[in-house]
Amino acid sequence: MIPVRSWGRLSAGAHHVIPLHDPARVPHELQTHGPGIAYGNGRSYGDECLNPGGVLWHTARLDRLSYWNPDTGVLTCEAGVLLQDIQRRWAPQGWMLPVTPGTQLVTVGGAIANDVHGKNHHALGSFGDHVLRLWLARSNGELIECSPTQQPQWFAATVGGMGLTGVIVRAELQLRRVAGPWLDTETIPYGSLDEFFALADGSEADWEHTVGWIDCLAGSASSGMRGIFMRANPSAAIRGPMSQTKERYMPFTPPVSLVNRLTLKPFNAAYYYLQRRRAGRALQHYEPFSYPLDGLLEWNRMYGPQGFYQYQSVVPPHARLDATHVMLREIARSGEGSFLAVLKTFGQRSARGLLSFPRPGTTLALDFPNRGERTLRLFDRLDAIVLEAGGTLYPAKDARMPRRMFEAGYPRLHEFLPMRDAGMSSAMSRRLLGS
Amino acid sequence: MKPSGIQLVQAGSQQRRIVIVGATSAIAEHCTRLWIRHGAADLILIGRNDKRLRRVADDLAVRSPASHIECLSVDFTDGAAIERAVATACTGGRPDIVLIAHGALPDQAVCQADLRACQDALTVNGVSPALFVEAFVSHMHNAGPASLVLIGSVAGDRGRQSNYVYGAAKGLLDRYAQGLRHRLALGGSALKVILVKPGPTATPMTAHLAAQGQPLAPVEAVARTIVSGVAQGRAVIYAPGKWRTIMLVIRCLPSIIFHRLKI
Repeated sequence: MIPVRSWGRLSAGAHHVIPLHDPARVPHELQTHGPGIAYGNGRSYGDECLNPGGVLWHTARLDRLSYWNPDTGVLTCEAGVLLQDIQRRWAPQGWMLPVTPGTQLVTVGGAIANDVHGKNHHALGSFGDHVLRLWLARSNGELIECSPTQQPQWFAATVGGMGLTGVIVRAELQLRRVAGPWLDTETIPYGSLDEFFALADGSEADWEHTVGWIDCLAGSASSGMRGIFMRANPSAAIRGPMSQTKERYMPFTPPVSLVNRLTLKPFNAAYYYLQRRRAGRALQHYEPFSYPLDGLLEWNRMYGPQGFYQYQSVVPPHARLDATHVMLREIARSGEGSFLAVLKTFGQRSARGLLSFPRPGTTLALDFPNRGERTLRLFDRLDAIVLEAGGTLYPAKDARMPRRMFEAGYPRLHEFLPMRDAGMSSAMSRRLLGS
Repeated sequence: MKPSGIQLVQAGSQQRRIVIVGATSAIAEHCTRLWIRHGAADLILIGRNDKRLRRVADDLAVRSPASHIECLSVDFTDGAAIERAVATACTGGRPDIVLIAHGALPDQAVCQADLRACQDALTVNGVSPALFVEAFVSHMHNAGPASLVLIGSVAGDRGRQSNYVYGAAKGLLDRYAQGLRHRLALGGSALKVILVKPGPTATPMTAHLAAQGQPLAPVEAVARTIVSGVAQGRAVIYAPGKWRTIMLVIRCLPSIIFHRLKI
């Protein structure tokens, strides 16, 4: 038994970790051990990838690339391959993953199980939209091959299925053609939520990537608020700045969170003014634009030994202005604050998975240092706003949402439940599904 | 599904020739990935299980489509089979790098109770790699500069009650490499014999140690240390490097102290 954490570092429960290394043997492993849950690179924030006291199937060594077709851009690989491996291997040759989340240090299996989205969701949809086929090992020893047309019920349940339909062992992915690894970007400071939504809506047709950072504390100081809107398109450039390849580490866990009441306002202000100076158009490498935090490995340590929560909600289009406004006011009022506040419109796209998070509307993601009860009480108040607006939360980030909130936000849950593998169980599944 | 990258290259190509024995071992696999990242190579993968070799070969072919990859399965305990396999591996030309990486971490208690298990452990971890080295040296000693890399272990530096069967087998490789270096130096050969001593590394072989909570080095880091050590032509590579100091202390401990330690 060894202690295992998820990205939020909220707990370090002992787990029986079983490394998987041969795809052919995975169904047998699932039959012999368990119940358990697949653990890839541990980037989900809460308890989705944890099973304290029980089994974790570690997929990091399922890291073989199996087949690449240079004419069609179709890649078959095992589920433990990191998105970074794929991007760095093929971007120089003009192929990239169509959709990646804000970090490329996640496994292919994790990206499917969470049906992750990126800054280009309104244009290209979520990760599952580009999965052509997947192979799922079940705890009864079966290996199921499924796609949007072959056994589509298994595919729809597994994409976004939080690892609960079995262990994904292999997937076939469609990569997309790009001219090079660069993006034409534009950075625009904004001063109100109205302005943000006008920018986001106005950019959807012509810009593939759109995202807003928001200073969620500035709203309390004055009537205005402030933020930075960023948009980008793949560039036709064949030369440009290279990515910083030197990896830096957060070398230790500080005894208290570096993000706290004293530091948050200056942090946010500094970030705002730094970004505002860079306002305008620029040619950027995809890595710093798409994965700004991957440059500092183990940055999650900066929240100290108590760890942190991420609160990521989505609210439907009609409620977006009011709900976002009220949430930001509630956060400012609570005195808790978030450094990483990210606002993104999802456009009109729905996702393929029965439990996929992305849906038409606006998503807001916030990080909070874990300050125990008072942080949880803030979340309860935010939950009420999100529920009232008809929205929901993202399981990949969640460590605490109440079961009724999950049930309200995922109306196709009843279709998912029969597809679940009884041999798969996580702290999250016990919290949100009762087993 | 036939991987697109496996293709024949024309004779006389200038690609590096690399032979990997025990190519499905995690350390070997990661070293190979690093070597082909620096440029396409002619690879010969030797292993016990053809299906598992195929998986590794497919992965390497996707990573480096210009590399030419051959697989060879062989019984690691049969001296005559080893001799034939090595001769086959050397027919296309003299290898630039040979990595001998196979092994299996035995259960010490089982080896003490069952001599057949003990014999198997000594054979696969000690005798078999030594036979491979001997066979490769006979093909490589009077050609130009090349590296013959053997995976030993820090366990071979001093016998300890908890794993002396494995340690003795790996210690055999240490002496073997030493003797070969002596022989090659006297013969004026440009062939380098390099012994790698990894500390406990996170691989399928040590999965049960991970489960017991023993800290293990990431296999990628161990592979990076090996590949850069081989490029520098060092005779002995500890991976990670801190094990050089740790094992120096352990080797120097007087028995009166050592025998009280439960390590």
